[in-house]
Amino acid sequence: MLEKRLVVCLDVRDGKTTKGIKFQGNVDIGDPVEMARFYYEQGVDELVFYDITASSEQRGIFIDVVERVAAHIFVPFCVGGGIGSVEDMRAVLLAGAEKVSVNSQAVLNPGIIDAGAGSFGAQCIVLGMDAARDPAMKSGYRVVINGGRTPTEKDALAWALEAERRGAGEIVLNSIDADGTQDGYEIPLTRMISEAVGIPVVASGGAGKPEHLAEVLSEGKADAALVASMVHYGSYSIADIKQQLDAAGLPVRLRYRPE
Amino acid sequence: MKVGVVDYDAGNLKSVQTALAYLGADQFVSADPEELLSADRLVFPGVGDASSAMRVLRSRGLDAVIREFVSRGDPVLGICLGSQIVLERSEEGNVDCLGIVPGASVRFPKERGLKVPHMGWNQVSYQAGHSLFRGIPQGTSFYFVHSYYTQPLRADLVLCESEYGEKFCCGLIAGNLAATQFHPEKSGEYGLKLLSNFLYWDPERNL
Repeated sequence: MLEKRLVVCLDVRDGKTTKGIKFQGNVDIGDPVEMARFYYEQGVDELVFYDITASSEQRGIFIDVVERVAAHIFVPFCVGGGIGSVEDMRAVLLAGAEKVSVNSQAVLNPGIIDAGAGSFGAQCIVLGMDAARDPAMKSGYRVVINGGRTPTEKDALAWALEAERRGAGEIVLNSIDADGTQDGYEIPLTRMISEAVGIPVVASGGAGKPEHLAEVLSEGKADAALVASMVHYGSYSIADIKQQLDAAGLPVRLRYRPE
Repeated sequence: MKVGVVDYDAGNLKSVQTALAYLGADQFVSADPEELLSADRLVFPGVGDASSAMRVLRSRGLDAVIREFVSRGDPVLGICLGSQIVLERSEEGNVDCLGIVPGASVRFPKERGLKVPHMGWNQVSYQAGHSLFRGIPQGTSFYFVHSYYTQPLRADLVLCESEYGEKFCCGLIAGNLAATQFHPEKSGEYGLKLLSNFLYWDPERNL
């Protein structure tokens, strides 16, 4: 049976992880490679790295991070942030990422999805979407870009379907309303999108405790759940979360390394 | 012992290469038939489209390299697309494949309400006692990304199975040729264990 994936997200700026990650022990909390390895050893199913570097001169540093991550972890990872062309995609995929995600750039230039899927295969191309509640939209949710600061004219459901048609192989669906609250994922949004598309949906935004993940993976019909703060701040380990998902009857990968 | 990784423009070979390097293997990636023939073991990865993969394999003479390895008895491991194109045919583009293993690759039916591609971790059961799975418990999860799967003609060609809607074959075995639909190089510590088992695999004695 296909298992529900637990995905950890790391923001990277100028080659360093940015969230105020608190850990005991010897992990260099600013080093994305050490962080990735830390979660890998705990049995994380997948990782996402977002490059939030301000300047294009720092781009090379980020590619170097991707290469070093690829040499140290042996589970899939996705890279996003600052991907505006097929060449940008090629650079991170050649550096060792399995998947590349496009968000604002895809809204501004939807053809990048077609071009990416045509060059590398749909399984590599992830649509990152930020959606905000808006009763004026047909589905009740509006697509927003630039980290939620800029509203667009796109309806969230219509955009998800369009992205799938253009060749996206997966959607990371982030609720702007839930993001940062730690009060739980936006269930109606996640369920609506996940039931409408034929590609996997990764729920994002709002995770604060394992029950939230259980909820979005069952009622929300998500294929995977993305977490950041709840593991970075040390409130929960990967094992804590997976054990609770297992107890809730969800199929998860509990056995991840030889005894 | 040298491991050759076949480069036929079918997706990312880097993750296979880094995993083999991590395991300490003396490995190289090449598209050159002669160089590949100098290896002792062959890994044949790949993602993408079966018909373009076959075209590139033939144009570089790499189909002959794979056949030569199979006939001379040295261990060969196909991964993902590499497991599909050792069969006779693929539904993807209706293309003739290598024909080393009798059978065909077919698409997951969409009507069953399953999301396609089948993407993520899924549990694998394998031929009991097979040395490629030494140290790996039955039911261990491996990482999959695919829309087509292998249907070999006979049950003895099935190395392992998984379930997505219904049971499907996710690995082939034919003498010194083994192939997995899942990605051992992306399947965590157990995936590395399988690759490591391959590096020491003695197909004749199942060791």
